[in-house]
Amino acid sequence: MESKISISNLDFFYGKAQALFDITLEIPDRQIVAFIGPSGCGKSTFLRTLNRMNDTIPIASASGTVRIDGEDIYEAGTDVVALRRKVGMVFQKSNPFPKSIFDNVAYGIRINGIHNGKTDLAERVEKALVDAALWDEVKDRLNTSAFGLSGGQQQRLCIARALAVQPEVILMDEPASALDPIATQKIEELVVELKRKYTIVIVTHNMQQASRVSDRTAFFMLGKLIEYNPTQKMFTNPDEKLTEDYITGRFG
Amino acid sequence: MEHRIIDQQLDILRDKILLLGGTTEAAVQRAMRSLIERDSELAKKVLDEDKVIDQMELEIDRLSIEILALQHPAAHDLRFVISVAKITPILERIADHAGSIADAALVLNNEPQTNNYIDLSLMAEIAAGMLRTALDAFTAEDAKVSRDVIERDKKIDATYRKVFNELLELMIDNPSATTGAAHLLFVAKHLERIGDYVKDICELNVYLREAAFIKHSPRG
Repeated sequence: MESKISISNLDFFYGKAQALFDITLEIPDRQIVAFIGPSGCGKSTFLRTLNRMNDTIPIASASGTVRIDGEDIYEAGTDVVALRRKVGMVFQKSNPFPKSIFDNVAYGIRINGIHNGKTDLAERVEKALVDAALWDEVKDRLNTSAFGLSGGQQQRLCIARALAVQPEVILMDEPASALDPIATQKIEELVVELKRKYTIVIVTHNMQQASRVSDRTAFFMLGKLIEYNPTQKMFTNPDEKLTEDYITGRFG
Repeated sequence: MEHRIIDQQLDILRDKILLLGGTTEAAVQRAMRSLIERDSELAKKVLDEDKVIDQMELEIDRLSIEILALQHPAAHDLRFVISVAKITPILERIADHAGSIADAALVLNNEPQTNNYIDLSLMAEIAAGMLRTALDAFTAEDAKVSRDVIERDKKIDATYRKVFNELLELMIDNPSATTGAAHLLFVAKHLERIGDYVKDICELNVYLREAAFIKHSPRG
């Protein structure tokens, strides 16, 4: 299977503290990969290395390579803004801007200047909202505040906002951890649906969620990648005892 | 290792299936004894006990579903619950065969003895031994022993063919023994089926241990 993201020998440091140790991993194109592991295991840090979100932390440094479509994103001269357009991100807490629903989705399109007039902008916003399975719920109130939406809707709005700039990869950091089961189910269905067009990496503490939605699962502990296998294998017959102990709750 | 809520339930499940296994094994042995020793009282006890076995099956079913629904087992825990849930009805069917042998004993014990039962005893001994070893291998999660037990089924099949031919000859030579011989044919068939079922249990033991499906594979 073709790799979309190819990580080799990645080390990552916060100052002198090493947070990731020699991570090597292939993320296939248009698949869903879940990262699981106890708090502080480095899974979110690792997720953020995939679109250089960690650059915003002054003491952070990385070595090794992260290639997306064959290009090393840590190479000098990489256009980080373009990278983040290509590799979008959705966070644990939905973070809509204090703007209308329409303007939230239009924001990225406008600042990136990727639309062709008003009609094109409206079409792009609609398409993103449709893809995020939110259109039917908001089409009659696009100009009302995003804060009027429920938690689950706000999260799908954030997904629509990420989709609007036409990314190829979507990174999701605990996208459903603050949502009720119904909203969670909607997000999970959406994630599976989005796989048709996008490569998705999802960090989750919810093991059932990882098993429900992902094609492959990576288990991290203390900054190390312990096991990376097809999800079906990880949850029925993992190779590593540490993985077995973690997914069956043998240690906290 | 921390204590997990699921551990207690898995322990109960293990106890219950071992109890069912032991009771089933005893049913097979008693059914054969009731035939060989012409003990109709014992045959009736086997038939009575079948209700207890059915009850045990239901309890295991309920507990397995509860663990799956509430504890979401994964990896080895999941394989364990699945194996138990699949072995349970197999044991119940073995016990049904024991009941059928006891039924046959009740008829045969009222007829003159026409056969020395030697080969049938041999079949029963192999079947009961296989069952006992299969249950031990389940407890020990020993895939090697389970594979060995699967091989032993061939011996039962061979003895079955021998018994079948002998009883056929008996019927030809001595038509008055036909009723008894026909019942004994069924007994032999029940024992042969028990061997097949024990094989199924052993295949699940291998699944529990190795997560490998060996059923329907050419190498068994």
